[in-house]
Amino acid sequence: MESLIWLVPGLPLFGAAILLLGGKRTNAWGHLLGCLAALGSFALAAGLFFTMLGKHGAARSMHQHLYSWVPVPGTGQHPFQADVAFQLDQLSVVFILLITGVGSLIHIYSIGYMSHDPERRKFFSYLNLFLAAMLILVLADNYLLLYVGWEGVGLASYLLIGFWQAKPSAAAAAKKAFVVNRVGDVGLSIAIMLMFVTFGSFNFGTVFGTAGGASKGTLTAIGIMLLLAACGKSAQFPLQSWLGDAMEGPTPVSALIHAATMVTAGVYLIVRSHAIFDLSPTARLLVTIVGAITLLFGAIVGCAKDDIKKSLAGSTMSQIGYMILAAGLGPIGYAFAIMHLVTHGFFKAGLFLGAGSVMHGMDDEVNMRHYGGLRKYMPITFGTFFLGYLAIIGCPPFSGFYSKDKIIEAAFSKGGTSGWILGGAALLGALITAFYMTRMVIMTFFGEKRWVPDAEGHEPHPHESPLSMGLPMLLLAVGSVAAGFLFSMNSAFVNWLEPVTGPRAEGKLPGGLNSTTLSIITLAAVAVGVAIAVVKYGTGKVPAVAPRGSFITVAARKDLYGDAFNEAALMRPGQYLTRTLVYTDNRGVDGAINGLAALVGGTSGRLRRLQTGFVRSYALSMFGGAAALVAAILFAKL
Amino acid sequence: MNPDNYLFLSALLFTIGAFGVLIRRNAIVVFMCVELMLNAVNLTLVTFSRMHGDLTGQVIAFFTMVVAAAEVVVGLAIIVSVFRTRRSASVDDANLLKY
Repeated sequence: MESLIWLVPGLPLFGAAILLLGGKRTNAWGHLLGCLAALGSFALAAGLFFTMLGKHGAARSMHQHLYSWVPVPGTGQHPFQADVAFQLDQLSVVFILLITGVGSLIHIYSIGYMSHDPERRKFFSYLNLFLAAMLILVLADNYLLLYVGWEGVGLASYLLIGFWQAKPSAAAAAKKAFVVNRVGDVGLSIAIMLMFVTFGSFNFGTVFGTAGGASKGTLTAIGIMLLLAACGKSAQFPLQSWLGDAMEGPTPVSALIHAATMVTAGVYLIVRSHAIFDLSPTARLLVTIVGAITLLFGAIVGCAKDDIKKSLAGSTMSQIGYMILAAGLGPIGYAFAIMHLVTHGFFKAGLFLGAGSVMHGMDDEVNMRHYGGLRKYMPITFGTFFLGYLAIIGCPPFSGFYSKDKIIEAAFSKGGTSGWILGGAALLGALITAFYMTRMVIMTFFGEKRWVPDAEGHEPHPHESPLSMGLPMLLLAVGSVAAGFLFSMNSAFVNWLEPVTGPRAEGKLPGGLNSTTLSIITLAAVAVGVAIAVVKYGTGKVPAVAPRGSFITVAARKDLYGDAFNEAALMRPGQYLTRTLVYTDNRGVDGAINGLAALVGGTSGRLRRLQTGFVRSYALSMFGGAAALVAAILFAKL
Repeated sequence: MNPDNYLFLSALLFTIGAFGVLIRRNAIVVFMCVELMLNAVNLTLVTFSRMHGDLTGQVIAFFTMVVAAAEVVVGLAIIVSVFRTRRSASVDDANLLKY
């Protein structure tokens, strides 16, 4: 089984290659091949998982060396050695199961969702490419190969977000995602360079094994650069701006980006590099701060958006913020970050597919103010969406309860003032999450119909989606319901990850709290959030046009001025700089050169007039010259 | 006879030739004036040769005559061919080679 690891990313990669190179010839069966590649990859991942279950202890970590990528025999201090080698341990197996599992379901869903799109085959080839890149990212055994997957994910997301590139907004969103990701990528490449200079290697084993020997400053620098990388890929503050616009892509893409691939990469990177973060409390503190800010930021944005997908995007940002926060807490949080990542993968994919199903039935309407009363018309969508909703707000015994509760508990037990602040932020985040998710469910599925006819005057006819879309939603709903409970049984998930993330430190809750009282407080916060939303949206009429709202609502609708800030702080100064440079170049440099040329040209233009073409004038100048010469000689002689 | 007189004559001839080159328009006359200047110089050379009792100056005068003969051949050919194409022997008409 160990020798088959390469096929896990290999199958989707082949799928993508066949579909892209085959072109139109593969149109008829392209989507089936895409699904088959994803499912085959999932089957392999499952097989590898069971192989791993059959082993014990250190033997569980599998390794496959494919070939030497860039071997440079060592003469200097650091011989350069980059291999294409895969490492499958307890952490990466969780990821490949999530990526291929949820990925396969999204593939199947896309058959129905994209059935009317003429470019469906291309869509599936990009989806396969996305999966392959993400699988390479999580399976790599060194940072350089991880970087290949990292960039591959960036490329695939660019292609998919801009899939409907005829729409200018989609093209712009794709570019934005790519550029913002690039900022993070620079962080990752600097981190890799620092690692190579410090440790002389990119291999996880070497880097983590010798991390203790490096200076504190270096480790903190590497940690901060890794955090920057994670911020870019996982849409964390301050690089969060691309996620909302990324909703321009087809809905399955949003589900894939938010649940299984892309945004989880940042969390993976931090947990995978835990050996570095363990040694640098400064870097860890920054990670928690970024996580806490983002989880509130995303939640506030999620409250104000009327676009169902953008609201879900804010929610993803917020939930990834929880994971980053947990990862930053160190050994007490790593396992919970990954656990929340997996449960979030289930319920968020389910919610997105549900949102896609609603849009599919409502003629691509995304404004929740134009929904309402849909639960009777789309019972399966409603049921699965509602289960996902219960999971995300952390209602026991659904999966979000187990993972989110643990993160809040871990944040409080960090200790000290920072523990109170982080825990408070996480608790507040839970309240806001409950509010905006309840708002979303009420506006979409309950209340009166607020349907609006489309441009040609057709009334929408909401209908349940086909089986290919319904089945993935049902399976994901099962995951949202059961995953948390299964993972927490006898701390199964935490124990499973222990060989990778190190022994879990038990935190101590401060101020007379214990985990039961904290759970009750959390549930109370969630109940308050639900109650506010029910009072605000469930009892009265939801206006079809958004009211003006308070200044917070106005700010949140504009992503808390994230774009405005980027524009004012980065884009405008850059524009001014280039304009000044262009002006200096045109007027200053070009002016000096052109002036000199004009001077020479003008002078010679006048001197030219001496060439009259008359023999006599030439003769005169010759005589004059000769006379002057003779005069000079005579003068010198005398 | 005082050899200085030859030098005066030569200076007179050279001046006439120079003025002729500068003020006349007919190419043939200009050409003849050039010859006049050459011969004035020849006369000077011969005179100085005589004054110093050295034959070098007379030898140079022969060289000048040979060169002048060759130059006349080429120059007259040019003038004739210009006249044939432009129906004019005026040096002011042949002023195309200018700014």
